[in-house]
Amino acid sequence: MFYREAGDFKTSYAQDAQTFPIAFDRYRYYAVLAVAFGIIPFVINDYWANAIFLPLLIYTIAAIGLNILTGYCGQVSLGTAGFMAVGAYACYKFMTGMDIWLMGSEGEWVRYALPPINIFFSVILAGAVTAAVGVLFGLPSLRIKGFYLAVATLAAQFFLVWLFNKWEWAYNYSASGQINAPTRGVFGYEVTGPTAEPWAAYLFCLVMVVGAAWIARNLTRGSVGRKWMAIRDMDIAAEIIGVNPLTAKLSAFAVSSFFIGVAGALFFSVYLGAVEVTEAFGIQKSFLVLFMVIIGGLGSIFGSFAGAAFMVLMPVLLKNVLVVRMGWATDLEAHFEFIIVGALIVIFLIAEPHGLAQLWRLAKEKLRLWPFPY
Amino acid sequence: MKLRLVTLALGAVMAAAPAMADLVFPSLSYRTGPYAAGGIPFADGYADYMTLLNERDGGIGGVKARILECETGYSTEKGVECYEATKGEGALVYQPLSTGITYQLIPKASADGIPVHSMGYGRTSASNGKVFEWVFNYPANYWTGASSAVNHIIDINGGDISGKKIALVYHNSAYGKEPIRTLEELAEKHGFSLTLLPVDHPGQEQKSQWLQIRREKPDYVLLWGWGVMNQVAIQEATNIRFAMENMIGIWWSGAEIDVLPAGDKAHNYKAMALTNVGADYPLYADLQKYVVDAGMAAGAGDQLGTVPYNRGLYAAMLAAEAVRKAQEIHGVADITPAMMRDGMEALEMTEELMTSLGMPNFGPSFSVSCENHGGPGLASVTQWDATAKVWNNISPYQEADMELINGLIAEDSAAYAAENSIEERCN
Repeated sequence: MFYREAGDFKTSYAQDAQTFPIAFDRYRYYAVLAVAFGIIPFVINDYWANAIFLPLLIYTIAAIGLNILTGYCGQVSLGTAGFMAVGAYACYKFMTGMDIWLMGSEGEWVRYALPPINIFFSVILAGAVTAAVGVLFGLPSLRIKGFYLAVATLAAQFFLVWLFNKWEWAYNYSASGQINAPTRGVFGYEVTGPTAEPWAAYLFCLVMVVGAAWIARNLTRGSVGRKWMAIRDMDIAAEIIGVNPLTAKLSAFAVSSFFIGVAGALFFSVYLGAVEVTEAFGIQKSFLVLFMVIIGGLGSIFGSFAGAAFMVLMPVLLKNVLVVRMGWATDLEAHFEFIIVGALIVIFLIAEPHGLAQLWRLAKEKLRLWPFPY
Repeated sequence: MKLRLVTLALGAVMAAAPAMADLVFPSLSYRTGPYAAGGIPFADGYADYMTLLNERDGGIGGVKARILECETGYSTEKGVECYEATKGEGALVYQPLSTGITYQLIPKASADGIPVHSMGYGRTSASNGKVFEWVFNYPANYWTGASSAVNHIIDINGGDISGKKIALVYHNSAYGKEPIRTLEELAEKHGFSLTLLPVDHPGQEQKSQWLQIRREKPDYVLLWGWGVMNQVAIQEATNIRFAMENMIGIWWSGAEIDVLPAGDKAHNYKAMALTNVGADYPLYADLQKYVVDAGMAAGAGDQLGTVPYNRGLYAAMLAAEAVRKAQEIHGVADITPAMMRDGMEALEMTEELMTSLGMPNFGPSFSVSCENHGGPGLASVTQWDATAKVWNNISPYQEADMELINGLIAEDSAAYAAENSIEERCN
């Protein structure tokens, strides 16, 4: 009944190669976009923006980034939060005016400051900086694999957090080591800072998410993505059939880090507004994003959305049901949250090791046959 | 069980129904995670004081106080969620008990017009009321705490500490980094040398820091820890047989739970204090009668009389007195957050007032003004008696080196004002 090709004729190669070849799927996608762009901005309030949609959208970008590296290219990374920190601090420097010290003609140090860059371009540039850092830390992947690579990226995580805690230039020499996002906007609408309207911040992140998902989806459908997957499935065989492991792996690190950097930049500037590197970008955040990718489904863009939604929404939902509706003690609820979310993760992964994306795929298969399964 | 769930649900529905006027105090507490050891007693004290006012006096000025508790786990992300979830309910003042969350809330709450009271934590330069209209950190802050600790060391050395070595063991976060600037200035002024030893979150791993202390043999160690980090630091200090009377913690590193694990060896450990110690106050009789015996104590009800519990009581008392002040100024009982701010700015704590509240000599006497949101920076020194298992106050409330600190505060708040283009008030 649903998701059927029957009667859905293609008359050109372009039509045949589109992202959603099934008409029903395509209309569903348009409907989601219409709701996200056309309805939510008008009904959103501070609570829904700051507690639900902003973290959901931002973690989705991070999950897409990690999914490209781990899900599509098979390189396990535990450095996600470290790369998010690079994005956040780079964005901070760009949006407050990057300062550089150069040697003057008399041999003295002269401070040059770039003008503050528009927040949109700050975020994109922060992604670019993170991509460069990601490639640097991706170099060991050419020699080491699997668990050993995970340990190497773990080193990146700890090194980057240490660096941003230590390097005063990165946080503009503030006494506490905190970075604070000043008020910035696009087209005259504030998207960062305390006075930003929730719909503006939401739309800003939504545009980033749609852009990221669109780029990621098309990259993974094309030759680049096929090379990544070839490396993931068997790197020696891939090399023999002509995939260059150097460019494939490093491009995966670059693209993945770009998205993670964008996520880190948004996480700091739009969502939290003030960040402390040890607290916001600790190792547990790396694991959180990794769990999103695993629960959502490795090697699936939809899985990144589903995993981020599961990990962001479940605690908020439990809190609202147990504390607000049922009046439980807050600490009891916090303990139960660990138990329930943990149990759900275990149950999901036993029932479907390929994550929520696979459940969705199975559901689609079932819906195709419904109501007359054979 | 089923019946109980139904009653709970009913209760929740009834509580959610548009209630009569009430004074909402959000309590962004943390009863879980590595910092729960300090978070639980503080939240209990805060809630119990409000319960006492409701049960004994029928609220503040005839309006009931309502505590809105929200678990943050000391995480800034959850702190944001809690803030957004509670601000719409008419929250009067936020006391998040976390420097990270305070930094988060300062711009947000200022934009929304809700006061933040970070008592003895948060952003120190917020005590400049000219720049930070909505933020208060009376009666003391980290910089005055650092200065008071150094003053205590000067006192026991007869006025001269040049050439002494002081090590600062600190939580490697905004919280722990706050006193460094002041300590560096003080080191220059008094001629002592300062060694900085950061400890990463959550602070269970401190072997290398204490090895370094063993090697460098500083004369004094200042401890800027919180949660599980305190217990580990004190344990490690006793392991290297560091003389405990030369180890001074900030007020967040001076609770019973911090020293008890080290047993007798923690004897004579010192800590700064914002409030007086123990349970020997008339207020406690009322607490016992109206709250504990009535079965309305928050949490497990086993924290009464501990240092962080007293601090929770004190924070709640200051909030309640600010409400009273606001009611007096504006002549309405059901005040708004903006009125609350006026009350906080006009707050005057005197010995008579504290005595009338059943808390004689509980905290310092001070007053808040438009320019000065930080109070005079008074703190006392307490010392742990491991045999009797009690903290003893060993000094009166002493003033910090305000001349030096005011300079630093002016400098830091001017930078904030320039960054956020804030015009100075109170002129």
